[in-house]
Amino acid sequence: MTSSFTATLAYSMPASALQIVLVALGGPLLLGLMAKIRARAEGRVGAPISQPLKDIRKLLSKERLHARHASVVLPLAPIVILAATAVAIGIAPLITTHPALGASADILVIVYLLLTGSVAGALAGLDTGTAFGGMGASRAMTIGALAEPALLVAVIALSIQAGTSNLPAIVSSTLAHPNWVSGPSRLLALVALVIVIIAETGRLPVDNPATHLELTMIHEAMILEYAGPELALVTLGGAMRLGLLFSLVANLFFPWGIGSNGSLVGLLVGVLALALKTSVIAVGVSLIEIHSAKLRLFRLPELLAGAFVMSVLAVITGLVTR
Amino acid sequence: MNAATYTGALELAAGAVLVSAVMTLWRRQVRTIVTMLSLQGISLAAVALILAAHEHDGALALTGLLVLIVKGVIVPGLLRRIARLDPRSRETTPLVNVPASLVFAAVLIVLSYVVSARVTSVAPSVATRMVPIGVATVLVGYFMLVTRRRAVSKVVGLILVDNGIALVTFLLTSGVPLIVELGSSLDVLLVVVVLQFLVINMGEQLRRSELDQMKELHD
Repeated sequence: MTSSFTATLAYSMPASALQIVLVALGGPLLLGLMAKIRARAEGRVGAPISQPLKDIRKLLSKERLHARHASVVLPLAPIVILAATAVAIGIAPLITTHPALGASADILVIVYLLLTGSVAGALAGLDTGTAFGGMGASRAMTIGALAEPALLVAVIALSIQAGTSNLPAIVSSTLAHPNWVSGPSRLLALVALVIVIIAETGRLPVDNPATHLELTMIHEAMILEYAGPELALVTLGGAMRLGLLFSLVANLFFPWGIGSNGSLVGLLVGVLALALKTSVIAVGVSLIEIHSAKLRLFRLPELLAGAFVMSVLAVITGLVTR
Repeated sequence: MNAATYTGALELAAGAVLVSAVMTLWRRQVRTIVTMLSLQGISLAAVALILAAHEHDGALALTGLLVLIVKGVIVPGLLRRIARLDPRSRETTPLVNVPASLVFAAVLIVLSYVVSARVTSVAPSVATRMVPIGVATVLVGYFMLVTRRRAVSKVVGLILVDNGIALVTFLLTSGVPLIVELGSSLDVLLVVVVLQFLVINMGEQLRRSELDQMKELHD
């Protein structure tokens, strides 16, 4: 009892804290990397990769401003978004398979922590009563509701193979059985998850992150009423969510490099491996973005239904080949 | 070939057959659909070749090569030419919309697993475990035949049915005699060639290729 407690204090807690700091810095950097790749593909030089971090720092030093009719929801939502995302990052297996509270890092817990953040964002969009905010909130919730079944079923496919829905346990058992990774069930779940993550993070075929004041925008419409430090928090929350989802895909499908033996060296290797894997995913997603135009809103159910069928297939093949 | 590689390769190839069947329902662009069909032909040939390598069966390997050439290259190539003749390149108005047909496809796939459980339980092996995939491909093909309006899409549905039947025969009986496979492959090829003339004639007379419009050709 005491030995496991000291192990938690000496290893798991610092590792979880490191994960949160790492994703808070790395999420914006991933956004910057994706913007840079897009700029290069379009023949521009583009902003430096650290630009989103600089934007957040600039916004944090600005004055707090609220719309006249805003209630307490507007200033509270960024804190809820950030807190829910940070807790999810803290307990998820990102750089180590033994994070603090790892036993409660069930996949459903992570999904619903992220969903708490989405709901807080949607409420804030509705709060000021502007047309854009309400429209953005309604669209974000629609996409969320369509993406969620695909996400959950895809993850069920992974848990069938591992025999548990605990994320650190799934990652450890994938490390122990490397031949699972190339199985058809995993590949189908990967395709479904990539589509869901593109939808959840509002990247291109679903939402255009580069627009302001367009009728087609989703996430930007929802946060239109934010300014200053609160906008910084919402942006940081979005970036951390992207960082967490990319890291989860990286570790669920390519777990190599993650620290599994509780040593400091393993942790450092884990940090480097995570940075490398998420950068590769960011490059892949921005390549998809470069080659696709935004889908019409009414075509989105088609895309997400495809993701859902892929995940159903993943579950069936997983059950049959078990 | 050791047992683990054999199982893994067979699962991957059979899985690719089913995924490409679902993709044909998912995408609207006729060119993408035809690409998926050629991917399916290639995966089907891969199943035959893997089985042939595992069972040291020369005739099956020959059948696999035949499937690769006819269903992987020639038929998709012809369909691509037909698609180019057609002025509009999308399946615009299927009778059942795309999200609903994808969900229906999921139901069909589950159904085929339930139905073929009895067949596979007679002689459980790595190959027979994949039989539901063939049945599912047949069902998805029929669904496409029924719900899509364009002539090209209907032929794609027909070829899905044929591919599914071929997959089941490969998995259950290690392939029918070469002469039968030759006959059925050439049959499909002939259907595609006939379709090409049909689309050309319809294009000249109607400027479109929805088969529903054929009613106006009466009198």
